[in-house]
Amino acid sequence: MSTTIDEARGAGRRPGDAIFKGTAVGAALVILLALAGVAVFLLYEGVPGILGAREETGSSFVAYVWPLVYGTLVAAVIALVIATPLAFAMALVISHYAPKRLAKPLGYIVDLLAAVPSVVYGVWGITVLGPQLVPMYRWLAETVPWIPFFAGPASTTGRTIFTAGVVLAIMVLPIVTAICREIFAQTPTLHQEAALALGATRWEMIRMTVFPYARSGMISAVMLGLGRALGETMAVALVLSASGVITLNFISNTNPSTIAANIALRFPEATGLAVNILIASGLVLFAITFAVNFAARAIAGRSARRMSR
Amino acid sequence: MTQTLEKPSASRDAMPLSGPRLPAAAPYVVGVAALAVGVGVGLILGGGVIAMGVLAAVTFIVGLTVWAWALEGRRGGVDRLATSVVWSAFLVALVPLLSLVWTVLSNGLPALSPEFFTYSMRGVIGDEQGGIYHALIGTLLITLGAAVISIPVGVMTAIYIVEYGRTAKLAKAITFLVDVMTGIPSIVAGLFAYALFVLIFGPGIRMGFGGSVALSLLMIPIVVRATEEMLKLVPDELREAAYALGVPKWRTIVKVVLPTSLSGILTGVTLAVARVIGETAPLLIIAGSTDSVNFNLFADRMQTLPVFIYYSYTQPGVPPEFGQERAWGAALVLIAIVMGLNLLARLVGKIFAPKTGR
Amino acid sequence: MAKSIDVSDLNIYYGDFLAVQGVNMTIKARSVTAFIGPSGCGKSTFLRSLNRMHEVIPGARVEGKVVVDGQSLYDPSIDPVAVRRQIGMVFQRPNPFPTMSIYDNVLAGNRLNSRRMKKAEADGIVEKSLKGANLWNEVKDRLNKPGMGLSGGQQQRLCIARAIAVEPQVLLMDEPCSALDPISTSAIEDLIHELKSDYTIVIVTHNMQQAARVSDETGFFNLKATGEPGQLVEFNPTKKVFSNPDESATEAYISGRFG
Repeated sequence: MSTTIDEARGAGRRPGDAIFKGTAVGAALVILLALAGVAVFLLYEGVPGILGAREETGSSFVAYVWPLVYGTLVAAVIALVIATPLAFAMALVISHYAPKRLAKPLGYIVDLLAAVPSVVYGVWGITVLGPQLVPMYRWLAETVPWIPFFAGPASTTGRTIFTAGVVLAIMVLPIVTAICREIFAQTPTLHQEAALALGATRWEMIRMTVFPYARSGMISAVMLGLGRALGETMAVALVLSASGVITLNFISNTNPSTIAANIALRFPEATGLAVNILIASGLVLFAITFAVNFAARAIAGRSARRMSR
Repeated sequence: MTQTLEKPSASRDAMPLSGPRLPAAAPYVVGVAALAVGVGVGLILGGGVIAMGVLAAVTFIVGLTVWAWALEGRRGGVDRLATSVVWSAFLVALVPLLSLVWTVLSNGLPALSPEFFTYSMRGVIGDEQGGIYHALIGTLLITLGAAVISIPVGVMTAIYIVEYGRTAKLAKAITFLVDVMTGIPSIVAGLFAYALFVLIFGPGIRMGFGGSVALSLLMIPIVVRATEEMLKLVPDELREAAYALGVPKWRTIVKVVLPTSLSGILTGVTLAVARVIGETAPLLIIAGSTDSVNFNLFADRMQTLPVFIYYSYTQPGVPPEFGQERAWGAALVLIAIVMGLNLLARLVGKIFAPKTGR
Repeated sequence: MAKSIDVSDLNIYYGDFLAVQGVNMTIKARSVTAFIGPSGCGKSTFLRSLNRMHEVIPGARVEGKVVVDGQSLYDPSIDPVAVRRQIGMVFQRPNPFPTMSIYDNVLAGNRLNSRRMKKAEADGIVEKSLKGANLWNEVKDRLNKPGMGLSGGQQQRLCIARAIAVEPQVLLMDEPCSALDPISTSAIEDLIHELKSDYTIVIVTHNMQQAARVSDETGFFNLKATGEPGQLVEFNPTKKVFSNPDESATEAYISGRFG
């Protein structure tokens, strides 16, 4: 439609139109350049770190970054395992369970969770959440030490990767909830009424119509939450007492660090080649989050096409 | 099977519409009982508040489900189970929020005083009065810088995508890249700004403007998305009406399309500012930390609120109480700013909404 | 067998707004009752109040009595889920479940009550219901295909098959042909004729000819005045309504002078 109108009105011959369009295209190109810049500059500064890791740290870059990747993944997975069911439940409460009058304020409250800066979550995680979880860690280490996750010895400060995962869960909760609640609310009324008219209870109606309709959206919401959890920095940097090991033990004082937290902790004091190594690890993080986000979009896009057919 | 229409079965004669149903007060009754069980067992066997809460919640869910199942049958039981699980999960998720707000308020309020807002930390040792003036200035300037970069670029990009490039390859590529930008971890944005400024100014560079660049990398995609959504909501009829009057395309966009979507764009921009003003990681890397006031975005380290919180908490000095109290105070101020911006966004959306006459 | 419905002094509100006022009528068992009237006069709202589907709309509530089989639908002891199982509903636009096959769509209601059904029993219900909806011959070779793949008229008959698969007492139809072409419409009208030997059927329609063709009794709804609540103006045998109505307003509407 726009092209025909452009041609009919002779756009481009008018200087105002040309300047305005040029500015718009220019802005779009700035984004293109910025992203290219991110890739180029990070590679330019990061590659020396990858190549020179052995002389700085005494081992290869892969050996340096692997425990960090492991920690990043573990913390994010713990976060998602906790946050996913909670987010679905919260979204359902707002979209289907709460009385209409209550639904909006409840939505605002969930949005408030998103408004708290991550550094504040981190400080709260050390002072409040960690100590509160210590009895649970002690109990787990005494009761079920044969489960490798809870082998102990239990941390006495609560600054474990599990605590970090819980803080991350709280932080990704609002974003996953917000997306799910949008999709749940978009379920066609027609289908919901069809289910109710057959004599379905509310839960049966949700299972028959809402979940099938929202399934791919729910998956991509969780993936976007995962992307957020992977890249989150300050909360983990503050909460975790990290020692760079690879362990399945979630409740002890020795934990793997995450890429982002490691950068935040080391960067201010780093010089020379150490900076390059940190930048290279940032590249790895970028690649991981890019892959996760890309997968999320692909899932969402595929379902959008299917539903529009 | 015969081809004639079969008569429905005989069971249709009965038409039971009512069955035994749980009284309306059932959830409250079970709730009180579950609370009593949780607290009671917790007190007798000894357990923390969390353990009591978990026990009460589980008792509530199980109790209500079993009661409904026994009285109303499987379907009633499952429905109750779903309802109580969903609501319990909601309440569980609110606990951290309440705890966080309470902690920040109770720890942060004592720190607030006029001096807290007007003093910097220059030369402050121990219990001497220090403040967050320098961090406020830094946060303000750096965020302002980010907004100055992001808003024009973001809005114009959205205009390009929606108004000019609906079918163009470049528009598709930009849409994809904006998606990619949304997923950039904030610390990577900080590393990018650092890598960029190192090339220009040499290693070890720290400056406020670098923070602005890093934040704008995070802010641009939010602005683009919000603006895009709003521009798409403007009906094509409005544009065509303007064209039919002989208005050039660019004036149509400036005079018709943008004013119609102004409220949404302003809301989006305000929310984007609220989102980046609490970012810590990129500023830690490129803006650094200092105890002094710095009004110059383009030279030297600059303190910001989030970074101030981080360092005051992790390196509070000796004795640690004063530094930590300042950290909580700053956290309270930061949350208040972010919440204020969120409220402002909603207000702006209401005030500038196009009058529809409905 | 199929039940009659007694409505007395029924008022329906949306929040504080009185949408339908003072309806009294008796809907006969095993017959077709049609509601006609201009848009927005509350006939669909009234229809929904007969199986408590109006409760889905926030703020909607009802005063007065609807009695089916000696039980008052709005009694506190009544389970709305059971009501909707016994009083089925077909909607304005066909709404098969998009993720289910034709076969599963028909069984959707039955599966709620008995989770494990023998294959033979399930097959029997599907065949019987699809035959009952005059759809069997068209879809018997593709029962496992998605229900959304059918034409609009077929989808609507699938929805009717789904509604009668749970063997309700009453079938409510809310303008079931308004989204369909004339040929599909006539197929549905034929079907309504056949179904009335087993079901009490209540149909809301915009189309006066349709009411005249399919129904035994007709109720005419109208607004008292603009902004006033809707009310039942006349309720009589269809023949009488269309030839010699009691009310002048009915005659005016039927002869096309307004609405």
